[in-house]
Amino acid sequence: MPAVSDPVVLLSQAVSLLGRFPALAGADLRVDPGEVVLLQGPNGAGKSTLLRLCAGLAAVQSGTAEVMGFDVATRAGRRSVRRHVGLLGHGSALYDDLTVEQNVRFWTAANGGESAGVDAALERLGIGGRLRTVSVRNLSAGQRKRTAMAVMVCRRPRLWLLDEPHAGLDQAGRDLIDALVGQAVDQGATAIVASHELDRAAGLATRVVQVVGGHVA
Amino acid sequence: MWRDARLIAAKDLRVEWVSRVLTTQVVPFGLLVLILFGFGISPDLQTFEPGEATSKVAVLEQVAPGLFWLAVLFSALLAIGRSFAIEAVDGNLDALRLAGLDPAGIFLGKAGAVLVELLLLEVVLGFGSFVLYGAPLDNAVLLVTVVVSATVGIASAGTLYAALAAGLRVRDTLVPLLLLPVLAPVLLGASLATEAALFGPASDGWPWLAALGAFAVLYLGAGILAFGSLLEDS
Amino acid sequence: MTTTGVKGSSEHHDAGNDRSAHTGTRGSRTLGIVTLVSVAVLLLFALVVSPPEATQGDAARLFYIHVPSAIVCLYLAFSITLVGSIMYLWKGTIGWDLIAGSAAEVGVLFLFFTLVTGMLWGKPTWGTYWQWDPRLTSTAVSFVLYLGYLAVRRLDMDPVLRSRRAAVLGIVSFANLIIVRYSVQWWRSLHQGPTLDPLDMQISGVMLFTWVFGVFTMLLVFSWLLLHRFRVAWLEHQLAEAGIDVAIRERRNEAGGDAALGGAI
Repeated sequence: MPAVSDPVVLLSQAVSLLGRFPALAGADLRVDPGEVVLLQGPNGAGKSTLLRLCAGLAAVQSGTAEVMGFDVATRAGRRSVRRHVGLLGHGSALYDDLTVEQNVRFWTAANGGESAGVDAALERLGIGGRLRTVSVRNLSAGQRKRTAMAVMVCRRPRLWLLDEPHAGLDQAGRDLIDALVGQAVDQGATAIVASHELDRAAGLATRVVQVVGGHVA
Repeated sequence: MWRDARLIAAKDLRVEWVSRVLTTQVVPFGLLVLILFGFGISPDLQTFEPGEATSKVAVLEQVAPGLFWLAVLFSALLAIGRSFAIEAVDGNLDALRLAGLDPAGIFLGKAGAVLVELLLLEVVLGFGSFVLYGAPLDNAVLLVTVVVSATVGIASAGTLYAALAAGLRVRDTLVPLLLLPVLAPVLLGASLATEAALFGPASDGWPWLAALGAFAVLYLGAGILAFGSLLEDS
Repeated sequence: MTTTGVKGSSEHHDAGNDRSAHTGTRGSRTLGIVTLVSVAVLLLFALVVSPPEATQGDAARLFYIHVPSAIVCLYLAFSITLVGSIMYLWKGTIGWDLIAGSAAEVGVLFLFFTLVTGMLWGKPTWGTYWQWDPRLTSTAVSFVLYLGYLAVRRLDMDPVLRSRRAAVLGIVSFANLIIVRYSVQWWRSLHQGPTLDPLDMQISGVMLFTWVFGVFTMLLVFSWLLLHRFRVAWLEHQLAEAGIDVAIRERRNEAGGDAALGGAI
């Protein structure tokens, strides 16, 4: 296990190809434990790929990339790092035909989390009442995001990777996201958040990083 | 592995239970295929029974085993496609990868759910075949074992090949092309063994049953080994 | 690892072809000439020199190309695909993937050729083009089987992933090839009366020589086609890889011009 003071993420000139397109073209990044790093930059700059790389879902063709001590340039490293991270992507990864509660219970079980925490998470995310038994198909975008977030909370990862978490949420929802991230970090997690929301940055993040043209400016 | 398999299978079956796609779409499709065979192969066509020079039987009755299995195969394509269509939700496959589930378990779970669905389908199509084509039944034990082992093979091979095409837009055209040549031997063995179970002698059928069993074991093994590699996105 | 590296691999021995406008080298041209001569000699022997066969007459002459081509594609081409697929999954060098794909393409070509010559042989011998005899039937299924493999190789997706999936398919398809062959053989042996089979003929002397020469010639044709197909595939791969360094530089420079427009996709 890596020591507490070791960086959570350490990228050096990392190149990640999507097909033949270099989504990341030599990215450098260092994230230390307990930080909340905000990734900002134009659309298509590579923020999502950067997050997926940290989740162990993107291949690295050159450069070095270490996440929580695992070398994610190797297949084995990618597989190992996955259970320690949580990724909230653009898609909510929910089964439309199942209810909110069924989805959260399934994913919590799949993630190896405890089913005891599900009720508390649903309450915390404001979907513990009538919405529990509603099919995901009938939810609004914001409610879907809250459901996905509930799954994340139950997963309790050491590294939170959030891709545009505020999109689609109302003011209360956005405050809730920030509070959850803050709470997780207080309990020892680290977070990397990609967001266009400039005004959120000050309250949430410890550091802001610009991602442009597949690298960190 | 088994725990993950149960989790996935339960989830797949629960989705089916709620959405009822199999019962409202795939089973009717299978029945439709059975009926269309009657349109395509005239029920009035008669032929001499093999080995008999005097008694005639409807062609449709003679070929009933093959028609049943063809209907099952075509319906299975739909069921297997559906099994992966529910995972095509944005981010779903990533979430499965992140969950750290044993890929062999995911394979067994999905194949298991498809197996259950296909067996239910076959009960309905079986009754339909008996009614529409009027075939006799000689050996029920052989029939049941043939149906089960052939279906295990179909479910395993189908899940393996659908994984190969998972996440691709051309999945619905690619999977039939890949899967049907693979299942041709199953169609062969199952039809011949079913023919033996319906018309007798049953002794003709047991060797084919063994072959079907071997096929099923082979593809279960192949799926367990290869699914992890196919699930990877990078 | 999965790719040959961003700058492209220089490890393949044939990459040294300086004039990349074509894939010929002195070695392969020699092979080509030998092959052509061999084909000419084969045709001479098959069509002219060797006598008509006892039971099948002139139609048997097709036998000299039909059977050898069947042997070549089935036992050689798809074995290469199998080995290439296994090695690619194990080692990750792209050359293995390319040879697996090239061999399968040439193999499918030979399968098609086998089917056509089989049907042409069938018409005068059986009276029909198709008799559901075991070998031809399993050849037909194998043909479609590997067409599926070729379809996967052309999918529009990430090249590394595509190669990995094709490799898995290459391995499983070989197993299917064997399963199909045996099950169809068993099937037809149960129901078939005696039918004429290409392999039934009595051959000796000149005819035997022609047959063996046929196998030899087909091997030459196969090798020549495979060699060139592989080289083309290799060059295609190099071309694609070469663009990556440029792409990386362009990507990094996106910031400069496009920033005002809000970034490129």
